[in-house]
Amino acid sequence: MTATLEVRNLRTHFFTRAGVVKAVDDVSFSVERGQVLGLVGESGSGKSVTGFSIIGLIDPPGRLAGGSILYQGRDLAKLDERDMRHLRGNRIAMIFQDPMMTLNPVLRIDTQMIEAVQAHIKTSKAEARTRARDALGMVGIPSPEERLNSYPHQFSGGMRQRVAIAIALLHNPDLLIADEPTTALDVTIQAQILAEVQKLATDHGTALLWITHDLSVIAGLADRIAVMYAGRVVETGEAADVLDRPAHPYTHGLIGSVPSRNKRGDRLAQIPGMTPSLLSLPAGCAFRGRCAHASTACEQEPPVAEPTAGHAVRCFHPIQGAPA
Amino acid sequence: MFTWLLRRLFQACFVVLAMTIIVFIGVHVIGNPVDILISPEADQAERAKIIAEMGLDRPLWQQYAYFLGGALHGDLGRSFVFNEPALKLIGGRMPATLELAVTAVLMSMCFGIPLGLYAGLKPNGILGRVIMSGSILGFSLPSFWVGLMLIMTFAVQLGWLPSTGRGETAEILGVRWSFLTWDGLRHMAMPALNLSLYNISLVLRLTRAGVRETLPMDYIKFARAKGLSPARVIFVHVLKNIMIPVVTVLGLELGTTIAFAVVTESVFAWPGMGKLIIDSINVLDRPVIVAYLMMIVLIFITINLVVDILYTVLDPRVRLETKA
Repeated sequence: MTATLEVRNLRTHFFTRAGVVKAVDDVSFSVERGQVLGLVGESGSGKSVTGFSIIGLIDPPGRLAGGSILYQGRDLAKLDERDMRHLRGNRIAMIFQDPMMTLNPVLRIDTQMIEAVQAHIKTSKAEARTRARDALGMVGIPSPEERLNSYPHQFSGGMRQRVAIAIALLHNPDLLIADEPTTALDVTIQAQILAEVQKLATDHGTALLWITHDLSVIAGLADRIAVMYAGRVVETGEAADVLDRPAHPYTHGLIGSVPSRNKRGDRLAQIPGMTPSLLSLPAGCAFRGRCAHASTACEQEPPVAEPTAGHAVRCFHPIQGAPA
Repeated sequence: MFTWLLRRLFQACFVVLAMTIIVFIGVHVIGNPVDILISPEADQAERAKIIAEMGLDRPLWQQYAYFLGGALHGDLGRSFVFNEPALKLIGGRMPATLELAVTAVLMSMCFGIPLGLYAGLKPNGILGRVIMSGSILGFSLPSFWVGLMLIMTFAVQLGWLPSTGRGETAEILGVRWSFLTWDGLRHMAMPALNLSLYNISLVLRLTRAGVRETLPMDYIKFARAKGLSPARVIFVHVLKNIMIPVVTVLGLELGTTIAFAVVTESVFAWPGMGKLIIDSINVLDRPVIVAYLMMIVLIFITINLVVDILYTVLDPRVRLETKA
């Protein structure tokens, strides 16, 4: 069986005046039907750009510079805009980070939902409206019929994100890309949304690509995890393997800097330095400037090692054993 | 909504009252109509009789009180020159100016919005740059000169369009309109274009700026992620957001265009209010000047009110009730 999504050697580069920004550079991963892949990384690591590359919404000066994005065996990178549009919002959907910004402020919710229904199915307005209403009910919005007539500003952030999720799930997509959809929300709302999206994904067998910088969110959600740093995947594996036995020093540092893992009173572990500018990446391992284990070998491109089956790491000095 | 309207009308009354005082005093400062209107050969007795007839022998505050009393009954005084009620005189000329101004504003919408959209969507294309450079000319060329050049080109050299007057008119509800006849339209083409040139540039730049500002918004990306057609995204999602500033500016510009069509009307000998006010100022026909300025104030107040109401239609976040 082919994976719902298989990304191979994806490169998305931005050709700016200051130079070529390699936002995504040689990224590969795959997501199976009904599976959740957590794409983890700091801001600027290229995780959102990866999401937008898959759904084909990279705007100039950015463009796909190589690799393939196989959706059920079809290469999306080679698809023309028309065919891509038929998939977008229909088979492949996306939810965004900031719910305050994802809905058009001057259009009513029903307008924004009905157009999403009618973009892919030929139905009457009344039928599309019924469908929109049911979708709102499904994501737990009370009295959906009346809420359809509201404008986005009449909703709270959490409710707006539910509306966005309802829109994304209108056509029961095969692949849902969630770009940090809970970052802007309260912790309680965050938990509700997480649970709901997970349930909807398992119910419909939707493959889920969950992009986040928050390891605590991903720990309870993902089946597999891919850690990105400076446009590259530095470590991938089963969620349990990556979280309990991180092999890459960067992943190790990330996990170490989650507050709940530290003892009260201890200094919070942190990764020294900052993410390097994507304009002037050093040759070899991009993390070596901040890495305690770095050696002269790291000035070369690190090889991909597999400490255990299905757990890959791009490092000369993978760490053995659990984090301290 | 109702209390809001009431408040606005109350404010409007104050503005009008303040204007009457300013205008009345201003007009009495600029010169004495007696010197111009009464022939030098008239003897002292004749002079005194005419001055008394015009009410100019009384002190200013009495003249003002008399004017205000008349104004409350819809009488703004009689023209010294035409010996007709000033209001009737202006009313007779108003349709000509109104149809010219409205046509000019419609033209600025019909040209400005599409050109601005194009320039906003293709900011780096050659045509987009040409449009933007052209708009600078539209802003900076003096309108009397443009008017003369239009006459030189289309009336004198090519002989396509007539250069003066309103042409044939047709009557509706007792008012003569040029836009109802082909000949009238031909007469209107050049003055309307001349008058709209500045507004076209203004609307164009405003639209372009709006497009550039709206396109990178998340809700536009989300709309695209729903799989909507580019046309739907541009004409519904982008355009509706842009219409708010455009409507404001067009509303204000309609007022300005009506009030200051003076230059264009003079160049094309268009028998509108602007031509009348210039003639009246030349002979210090006070009642006409005052009545004209009052009329302009009323037009501005009305347009502002309409624009405010239009806001609520365009932007659901705007509510007319002021917070108690």
